[in-house]
Amino acid sequence: MQSTYTSPRYAYRPTSDAGARHPVIVVGGGMVGLTVALDLAQRGHRVVVLDDDDTVSVGSRAICFAKRTLEIYGRLGLGAKALAKGVTWNVGKVFFQDRKVYEFNLLPDPGHEYPAFVNLQQYYIEQWLVEACGDTGKVDIRWRNRVVGVANDPDSVAIEVETPDGRHTLHVDWLLACDGARSFVRDSLGLPFVGKVFRDRFLIADVVMKADFPAERWFWFDPPFHRGGSVLLHRQADDVYRIDFQLGWDADPEAEKDPARVTARVREMLGPDKPFELEWVSVYTFRCRRLERFRHGRTLFLGDSAHQVSPFGARGGNGGAQDADNLAWKLAAILDGEAPETLIDSYDAERIPAADENILNSTRSTDFITPKNAAAKAYRDAVLDLAEHHAFARPLVNSGRLSRPATLHGSPLNTADADLWEGGVPPGAPAIDAPLRGGWLLRELRHDFSLLLFGDISDFPEVALAGPRIVWVPLDAVEAMRRYAATRGCVVLIRPDQHVAARWRHFDVTAIRTARDRVLGHADIAA
Amino acid sequence: MTLMTEPRLDDPDLLFETLVDAHLDLDTEASRKLDACIVLLLANHIGCVETVRQAVRMARSIVVARKP
Ligand SMILES: Cc1cc2nc3c(=O)[nH]c(=O)nc-3n(C[C@H](O)[C@H](O)[C@H](O)COP(=O)(O)OP(=O)(O)OC[C@H]3O[C@@H](n4cnc5c(N)ncnc54)[C@H](O)[C@@H]3O)c2cc1C
Repeated sequence: MQSTYTSPRYAYRPTSDAGARHPVIVVGGGMVGLTVALDLAQRGHRVVVLDDDDTVSVGSRAICFAKRTLEIYGRLGLGAKALAKGVTWNVGKVFFQDRKVYEFNLLPDPGHEYPAFVNLQQYYIEQWLVEACGDTGKVDIRWRNRVVGVANDPDSVAIEVETPDGRHTLHVDWLLACDGARSFVRDSLGLPFVGKVFRDRFLIADVVMKADFPAERWFWFDPPFHRGGSVLLHRQADDVYRIDFQLGWDADPEAEKDPARVTARVREMLGPDKPFELEWVSVYTFRCRRLERFRHGRTLFLGDSAHQVSPFGARGGNGGAQDADNLAWKLAAILDGEAPETLIDSYDAERIPAADENILNSTRSTDFITPKNAAAKAYRDAVLDLAEHHAFARPLVNSGRLSRPATLHGSPLNTADADLWEGGVPPGAPAIDAPLRGGWLLRELRHDFSLLLFGDISDFPEVALAGPRIVWVPLDAVEAMRRYAATRGCVVLIRPDQHVAARWRHFDVTAIRTARDRVLGHADIAA
Repeated sequence: MTLMTEPRLDDPDLLFETLVDAHLDLDTEASRKLDACIVLLLANHIGCVETVRQAVRMARSIVVARKP
């Protein structure tokens, strides 16, 4: 069926280093594994990636990439490509039966390099990640290398790898398990992956058509063309539209995939005269679950192997990209000898609450979309009816709470505010973009520690002693001043993953050094 | 805001009559939705989710205790 994209086939190469020991091996060359590999490589580290397949993500999976993910891909050099190829959207509309009840705009505030969302098929992102990994000269992606055994010893992990030429063993200091929702690594360590299954089935139909739907997210509850169920419509690149039909638990997944049946459903929705081609069809059930911890000795879990969510809210891939963003600089700092190994524990401290937030949000959305009983359905429909007439009910409508960046509340790496701040970007929150010098603030941060200094050089006499790279924010950069609630002389310390570590209303070299040491996990120094 | 449970209604009989009469011409499904609408409107009027949660807990403790 697939006509708009041809999956690349990557060559298998026989292994020449059986028995070798590597600093970092990534299991799984999916979206998350490739992201963390590229991030580590751009920080100067060699990475081996093992993937059991020889291509990118097959079929229709992630399409909605959130602002924060785009910023991460921006830092890794893929942001402009994603913007150019993808479909930018900020507006979502919700319909109940035959009428619109609610509309939201996720980015009403201009002056950001990236929009709230770009819709783009996951295989494009993965293909570009593979190419970018190649450009670094530091990532060794080994296609058709399946991990079939793991011995997670305290000072080194041994893995058994199966290739077309047979099996061999590799040793590794840090094993990054990015092998997806059915993670072999997770199962072979005997780690429980618990949560809930939603008793519902969804049909994903991607169709190619020349249509005049605006670039918006449209969600219907109980529409005339699909009574009793919900429908979600998204536009993607290449004139492909994703249509998501709620089928109910009793639907027969095989029968529902029959192209004639899918075509009839789509025709019912679009009308009899609208020409379209089926591009992809699949039927899903959704789950929300996670590992109890993401670090197990020298093995770390990222992405779907660590946590799984229902797609309403687009929190799977977007959550996984933030896992990679969070881990890569920490591991690089440890490998470079700048941070103690205990810094890795902050990955759990920061990403488990983020996963819980994603699970909570996507569970609530799924419970709204699939009411569990008659009472739940009565409340759901009451909200939708009220929303049409009363503004108060609109925030209760939940067709998916779309992915938001995690704020690392209570992280041990944060330095709490000592000064008085009203608003702005608190410690733990991701840095906010703003126009700066004809470009963008986030671009200037790149991927080292940086200090945002608000004002000019005469306001900061000891600036040379500070350490991190300086990014000046002149007082006439009004958006940046406003978004950071800054006045002349303010200082914000930004981590290598572009989250705020600490902020002060006055420059103080000792405070900056202490805060930076805290970020690097030298807690005894920082205490 | 702590849930107030002391008598406060200006016309208790009228309240009861209003709630019951509103359902007279409705089937079970519509009735459920009507109650849900009323709860949501009043919840917004109260404006404090914690107060509503206290009411839910109190109501459940009564209904669940009486269940045969
Ligand atoms: C219908 C649908 C819609 C979605 N929509 C969105 C969305 O809009 N936005 C969003 O952010 N997310 C979305 N997601 C979720 C997103 O697709 C996943 O969260 C994302 O793919 C997770 O990436 P990953 O790299 O962790 O895992 P995967 O993409 O599953 O990659 C795992 C990789 O590991 C390899 N592998 C597995 N086992 C082994 C082994 N033993 N040895 C070697 N390699 C192995 C696999 O071949 C694969 O390449 C959606 C998912 C679905 C199903």
